[in-house]
This record gives sequence, structure tokens and C-alpha cells, in this order.
Amino acid sequence: MAQDATTKWTPPERTGLAKESAFHRLRRRAPWWLLPLTVVTVLSAFIVYGIWTAFFGGKVYTAPYLSPFYSPQIWWNGPVTPALWVLPFPLLFRATCYYYRKAYYRSFFWDPPACAVGEARKKPYKGETRFPLFLSNLHRYAMYLAVIVLIFLWIDAIAAFDLNGHFYLGLGTAIMVINCIFLSAYTFGCHSVRHLIGGCVDCYSKVRGGVKRYEGWKFITKLNERHAMWAWLSLFSVVATDVYIRLVMTGIITDPHF
Amino acid sequence: MTDTAEATTDIRHTQDGRTGRTVRFSVFRGVPGAQASYVTYDVPEVEGMVVLDAIHYIQKNLDMDLACRWNCKAAKCGSCSAEVNGHPVLMCKTRVDDLPEGTVTVAPMKTFPLVKDLVTDVSRNYKVNAAITPFTPRKDEPTPWKIQQHDIERLYEFRKCIECFLCMDVCHILRNHDLHEEYYGPRYFVRMAGLEMHPMDDADRTDEIRTAGGIGFCNITKCCTDVCPEHIHITDNAIIPMKERVADRHWDPIRRMFTKKKQTANAADAAE
Ligand code: SF4
Ligand code: SF4
Ligand code: FES
Ligand code: FES
Repeated sequence: MAQDATTKWTPPERTGLAKESAFHRLRRRAPWWLLPLTVVTVLSAFIVYGIWTAFFGGKVYTAPYLSPFYSPQIWWNGPVTPALWVLPFPLLFRATCYYYRKAYYRSFFWDPPACAVGEARKKPYKGETRFPLFLSNLHRYAMYLAVIVLIFLWIDAIAAFDLNGHFYLGLGTAIMVINCIFLSAYTFGCHSVRHLIGGCVDCYSKVRGGVKRYEGWKFITKLNERHAMWAWLSLFSVVATDVYIRLVMTGIITDPHF
Repeated sequence: MTDTAEATTDIRHTQDGRTGRTVRFSVFRGVPGAQASYVTYDVPEVEGMVVLDAIHYIQKNLDMDLACRWNCKAAKCGSCSAEVNGHPVLMCKTRVDDLPEGTVTVAPMKTFPLVKDLVTDVSRNYKVNAAITPFTPRKDEPTPWKIQQHDIERLYEFRKCIECFLCMDVCHILRNHDLHEEYYGPRYFVRMAGLEMHPMDDADRTDEIRTAGGIGFCNITKCCTDVCPEHIHITDNAIIPMKERVADRHWDPIRRMFTKKKQTANAADAAE
């Protein structure tokens, strides 16, 4: 039951709902497209950086550090750059992540650009019911792959404490560990993990280990509440780790260490 | 303002809580089929005034036939939903002194057919509600039921819904794309999630959620969550978990294999 034409009307322009703090005033004065533009810029920059690393970035390894873009080391001396074997998985994981979906539907597709404002689109809206967007439903498979990659990243980070059989602790080691922590918080705060751990259960008392699963679900829910934050932090930390190791490798900076 | 006027204001302030400030309201007036317009009213502000108070002041003193729906004035009945300054809110929960300086616009919810002024016809929602497979108690459960805290905790949140329909109003699938026949809307995924996760419920609504409910239309952009006056995490706790259940059945061959095996085993158990 849609509204009939005679009762259609345009709501008034949106103004504020709350009194403005200095921050709000600043935000309001900034043009409305600033936020979507920032999201578009940062995400595009990440994709461009990822592709550049994969195809032209060379191999980023300097003992004991291995860049996250090249881990696990598959076919290190093969005909194509080793990053190509790894990169698609995290990219797929992020592209189908519920949080990133929200971010790009709003920023790239403007569907909707903001809440309770008009939309420009003329084509009939299909949401995630049709190809290709319904493929997002495969997110949990991307998650399995991302967990495998994450295990390798932890192995690399732990291996970075060892240089030729001696204990080593450099700034790079710390960066790698922090990167792994951010990535773990992001990966395990995933809605699919939350579902598989306990969300899919209707009655915890009736399944094996039900109470444990409920506790697990509660823990994942805590991570999940900050999923957006972990999503951005881990995106930056991956790039930061790669850039840092690259700079050490090329000798532009020396790695401070114990 | 003259000195006398100021003095009067002060006296009133002590007498009936008036602050001395006059707030200008621009209120939508109209009925279907006729030219609609915004009418301006000046309302003397009272300490702690909410938008619904201002509407009542207008009804009492300035325009007796202004229509609005309300009941509790305590943010609990969900009747007074409207769009204040373009934001879907409960009028009784929106304080005038929280609003920025300047004219306050009040309009009815855009997504539902207009009845008159601020009143819209929300009956479509009740039809959707009636279409949902209702609570179906398990047959094998001895009565009286004993339910553990950890089995029911997730559901409290869903029970908080006051059916204000602000989430339905703001959802772009209904508001901008008019897909009322194809999409149940956020409020009804809250209800369905509450039923699906209920430990004593036996019905299976996964296919209904996908087909009649049209959950695939939701692109999880979270406007519904933003406006819910009961702070229900509609997207994170109701819609996404339901999407995951749909994925279990239709998008996860490995999981489907396991469930099938389990079902066959259960059927064999039952047959014995
Ligand atoms: S998250 Fe889904 S249901 Fe909620 S407003 Fe957005 S599209 Fe509508
Ligand atoms: S879910 Fe929230 S916004 Fe939607 S009808 Fe219920 S109380 Fe209102
Ligand atoms: S990684 Fe974001 S929801 Fe799965
Ligand atoms: S009057 Fe009951 S919610 Fe506002």
C-alpha cells in the first residue's frame, strides 16, 4: 500500500535535532559529502595500494620481518608476485563484511547517502536479492579463509622475535604484533563468527556445551559492538606494517631494537 | 520587549514555568487530496517542554482542529511518531530546549499514507504482523515451562519494541523505494528474530524471512537502528542474525550437509 499520488508531499529540509556543540557546528559547516568522500577515498586508496603491492611492489621481506601482504609465503619464486596468492582473501573478506557493506552502500552507491533523505536512484531497487550483491551471503567462507591467513600472520609475528636464533625485539616486531591483535579483534568480531559460535542456537540448554557457547557468543558480541572501529584500525595497521617493513628493507629507516 | 513585558514574563515564569522564550513551530497541515501546507505558530516555551506539549498548546489555544495521535506522553505507547526538523522521532521524547535555535518543523511520517495533519495510517504494519507465523510452542515440553536465564536473555531487547514504526518510516526500502509488498520492514524482523530465537518455539520461519519477508532487500545501512527510541540494535541483533540463518540454509552447502545428517538422525531416533 504505497501512498497515492495526491497525498505525496515533500518533507521539509532537514535541520538539526540537537543543540550544536562546537564539534557539531564544525561538522555541519563541512559539506555533507565530506564523510562519504572520506570513506570512498580511504577504501579506494587501500585497494590501489593493495593492487600496487601485489603487482609492482616487489617482495617485502627483511629478516626477521615479513610484510602481511606476502604471508603465507606461497610460491615465493614463482612466475607471479607471491602477494597475488594472499591478497584476494582478505579483500574478499572485507568486501563482504557487514560493516564495510554498510559503508560502501552508503558512500559509493548512495543507497541511502544518509537517513531520511531522498535518493537519486531511478532504477528499481533490488538490495541484496540479485547478482552480484547476493554473493555477500558467502561471507562466512571468506571468513574461514581470513582466519587461515590470520594464523599465518601470528606465526610471522612470533617468528619475528627470533633473528638467527637470538631473541630480537624491534619496533617492527611490536608493529607486527599490534597488527595481529587488531586483525584478530576484527576477524573474531565478525557477525558470521558470532552466528556460528552461538547465534544460531535457539535453546542453549538443549545443545552440547550450550552454556559455553552462550558465553562465547557474549564475548564475540562485545568485540562485534566495536566492529567498525576494528575494521578501520586493522585496515590502517596492515598498510602501516607493510610500509614500515618496506622502509626498513630499503634502508630508508633503521629498525630500533633491543 | 518593554520592561513591563519582561516583568510579566518573570511573574509567569514563577507561576507556570514559562521561560519567557517564544518558539516558532512550522507544522504540516493537510488531508489527502487537498493542497497541503506548513502553518506557523508561535508557542511560549515552558520549562522542560517537549514537542508534543507544543502541539497540545497549539490545539488548545491556536488551532483546535490540528490532528495528532498520542497517548502516554512517556515514550512508551509509540503513538506520537513524527518528523521533527526532518528526523523521525517521538514527539513526547523530544525536548524543545534541545533543538537548535530557529523554527521547528513538525511533519507526519513520510512512509505511511496521510490521514490528517500529523496522523498517518499505519494499518499496513498490522497486516504484516498478522502474516507472520505466530509463536508455536513445542509439543514435547513438560508444563509449566522452566526456562533458563541464558536461553532467554537475548530476547529481552526485542520485547522492548513499542511499535512506534519510526524504523519503518526511516527505512529507505519503504520510504524511498515503496517496496511495501516485497519487504516486511525492520520492526517485523525484530519480531521474527524474537520468535526464531525463542527456546520454546517450534516453528521454522527461515524461508518466510527470505521470501515473504524479503530480508535480502535490507542492505544493513542501519538507519532503523539510529532512530529506534528503545535503542534496539535492530540491524546487528535482529536483521543480521536472520540473514545468517538464511545463509545457513541457502548459501552454506557444508553446513546444510551437517544439518541434513542431523535431521536424518533425529528422524531415525523418532522412528525408533
Ligand atoms: S538496515 Fe535494513 S531495515 Fe534498517 S533501515 Fe537500513 S535497509 Fe531498512
Ligand atoms: S523496533 Fe524500535 S523503532 Fe521500530 S517500532 Fe519498535 S521501538 Fe519503534
Ligand atoms: S568481518 Fe565484518 S561482519 Fe564478518
Ligand atoms: S505519546 Fe506515547 S510514545 Fe509519545
